[in-house]
Amino acid sequence: MLGLLTDFVEELRAAGIPASTVETIDALEAMAVVDLADRAALKSALGATLVKSARHLDAFDTAFEVFFGVDRPPPPAERDIGGEAAASDGSSPQGGAGGMGSLAELIAAAMGSHDWETLKDLVQRAVEELAGMTSGRPVGGAYYLYRTLRRLDVDSLRQMLMEMLEERGLHPGVNEETLERRFRNEEVEALIERLREELVAEIRRRLVADRGSQAVAATLRAPPLEEMDLMHASDAHLRRIEELIGPLTRKLAARLARRDLHRRQGRLDFRRTVRASLATGGVPVDLRFRSMRRFRPEIFLLCDVSGSMATFARFTLQFTYAMSARFSSLRAFAFVDGVDEITGLLTPGLRFGEAAQRIFSEAEVVELDGHSDYGNAFSRFSDRYGGELTARSTVIIAGDARNNYRDFGGEALAEMARVAEAVYWLNPEPRAYWDTGDSLQNRMSAHCTEVYEVRNLLQLEHFVENLADYRRRRPVRPVRRSASPIGR
Amino acid sequence: MFPHQGDPAIPDPLQSPEAIVDALAAQGYLPSARIAQVIYLAMRLNKPVLAEGPAGVGKTELAKAMAAGAGRKLVRLQCYEGLDESKALYEWNYRKQLLRISSDSSSGWQEMEEDIFSESFLLSRPLLTAIASPDPVVLLVDEIDRVEMETEALLLEVLSEFQITIPELGTVRADSQPLVILTSNNTRELSEALRRRCLFLHIPYPSPERERDILLARAPGIQDALADSIAQVARSLRGMALKKPPSVSETIDWARTLLTLGVERIDAESFSDTSYILLKYQADIDIALKELATEG
Repeated sequence: MLGLLTDFVEELRAAGIPASTVETIDALEAMAVVDLADRAALKSALGATLVKSARHLDAFDTAFEVFFGVDRPPPPAERDIGGEAAASDGSSPQGGAGGMGSLAELIAAAMGSHDWETLKDLVQRAVEELAGMTSGRPVGGAYYLYRTLRRLDVDSLRQMLMEMLEERGLHPGVNEETLERRFRNEEVEALIERLREELVAEIRRRLVADRGSQAVAATLRAPPLEEMDLMHASDAHLRRIEELIGPLTRKLAARLARRDLHRRQGRLDFRRTVRASLATGGVPVDLRFRSMRRFRPEIFLLCDVSGSMATFARFTLQFTYAMSARFSSLRAFAFVDGVDEITGLLTPGLRFGEAAQRIFSEAEVVELDGHSDYGNAFSRFSDRYGGELTARSTVIIAGDARNNYRDFGGEALAEMARVAEAVYWLNPEPRAYWDTGDSLQNRMSAHCTEVYEVRNLLQLEHFVENLADYRRRRPVRPVRRSASPIGR
Repeated sequence: MFPHQGDPAIPDPLQSPEAIVDALAAQGYLPSARIAQVIYLAMRLNKPVLAEGPAGVGKTELAKAMAAGAGRKLVRLQCYEGLDESKALYEWNYRKQLLRISSDSSSGWQEMEEDIFSESFLLSRPLLTAIASPDPVVLLVDEIDRVEMETEALLLEVLSEFQITIPELGTVRADSQPLVILTSNNTRELSEALRRRCLFLHIPYPSPERERDILLARAPGIQDALADSIAQVARSLRGMALKKPPSVSETIDWARTLLTLGVERIDAESFSDTSYILLKYQADIDIALKELATEG
């Protein structure tokens, strides 16, 4: 058991879950007090002790299935009859009315009556007959799943389930036909999802039997959410990633404000000083100060929302949106070849999808042809908003620095960098691609305080942390009003 | 080395996950198998539980039901930004100390010092209360993600050693093991150190079947069919891209409202009339009304 556990922990670590030694010991203790024959109990015990973050649950589930999957005995005798019938049809996907049809029907019937045990037997049969698995291949099983589902003909399965639910009249509590149909659709999708999960579990079980748990686990490893490439993340993943952005912006806010918590230069707090003096017999040995006025950084966020940046823009907008809730003095701008302020569009209660739509319909981010033009966008920004930058401003630019081979003067960016306290550039492309093709990252970098490759959440977090450290290291410059006519 | 099943040294009657399910169900809290398992582990291994999940899935409720179900006292520490030692652990009652000093000028300093730094001058705050209690309690540290990183560290000694060190008095150790439940809405990443010391319990939205059972338990008098449909509506809504999806407590409120209004079947009208109970943003209500009118 100990060996199995250490192998399992090793797999978790390889999949990006930071399970420590102390936690492994905890897991071992937990295993001693649960019924090991009960898989759900074992899973709870390992999950509660080894996984400490919701974003690692998926990876844990996969690893657990692979390492602690159950060996089901083959279903009882009838399978031989059905098996033969199906085998004769098995070669053609258009199996039709024969054994295949009946297998799909049996599955639909089992799901319709929520008979999960029978469903497991049927799934076992389906994989055996339809997946066409060959031994020794280093695959994760996605293809086998696809093939089984196609041969089962999911659409007609869906149809069958729908009819079954309709017959039963599932929702007497609803008095609205569309609503009832909606529920039925959702119920069917949930059932199909369940079937998919059962099939995946069965296919994995077979893969493990064939190649051993470690090998299978290795092929199934997906990068954890925080390391997933933002440019190429799927919609579902992006949604999960977005959930993690909230905590991150909070951290950024805390880090930025923290500097001042550590500097005690506020005014004397008379009440607290007297109170503290009681410990020393009324002699105010220990002076207490009011905390400083909260530091309010002015952040100007410029975000490239052109086509090539679509996925990343969605992410940066989400980030901006979350930040705008934390910083009162955050101003957000979107640009393609023109630039416009979008701070007002990020009103509370506005959903992200609409925000993106409104940017393109209401803000003037496109001037010419809708291809990025950093030179024009920056000089427009300088003309219209440059006067509002001060030495307290931090400018954050998010873009791939691909200028579509247009002229890039750089004067506007240089001017922004001169006035603002700092200019940060976040580039979502791998560092190796910078300055290839139409990327002008190097020329832009010349004007930036620091440039970061931000391809995933982890790197964004890194940026946030560095930002705070940098701020703490630097002495504060006096506020220099730009273009002030007063003075000598 | 490890405690074994049915260890007579553990006097608590909640010796198995099933017993915990029963105890919680008796309080009207229907736990998933996972919740019961983790609480069981927490009691057997004497480890705190960190419960995380969307707002309103019953994290706080779990602690309350556990306290009532196990017949323990509930000690609650509500976290907020700016929470410090004097609010979480203990504080010297300086007014009382001051009175003591000014009321008696005859006794010597030595005597006085011993007197004013004794337990009767100590104001016990939730964490000390939980540790010092002679009977085991349930300690609920609510919304731990609201305190700053630095304050989180305050908790570490309490959570791993179940003790608190007071410089003037010495170390107070727990006579009885409290069951500690921390809740977090995940608005901030908690520190690794804290996570390491806890058992992690992720509480997602319940399945429609479980939510229906919860409704039947929490909204007495509701028809099965209506409860079922409410659970379905909740699932539909949670599948939409809403700013704030309805929580379990909100579906319970909704069920009670429908019950009071005498609604037996949900239709577009009854939904739009009462949607403000489920959804708290106008934008969300608009989306829900639009979406629910389609077949999805």
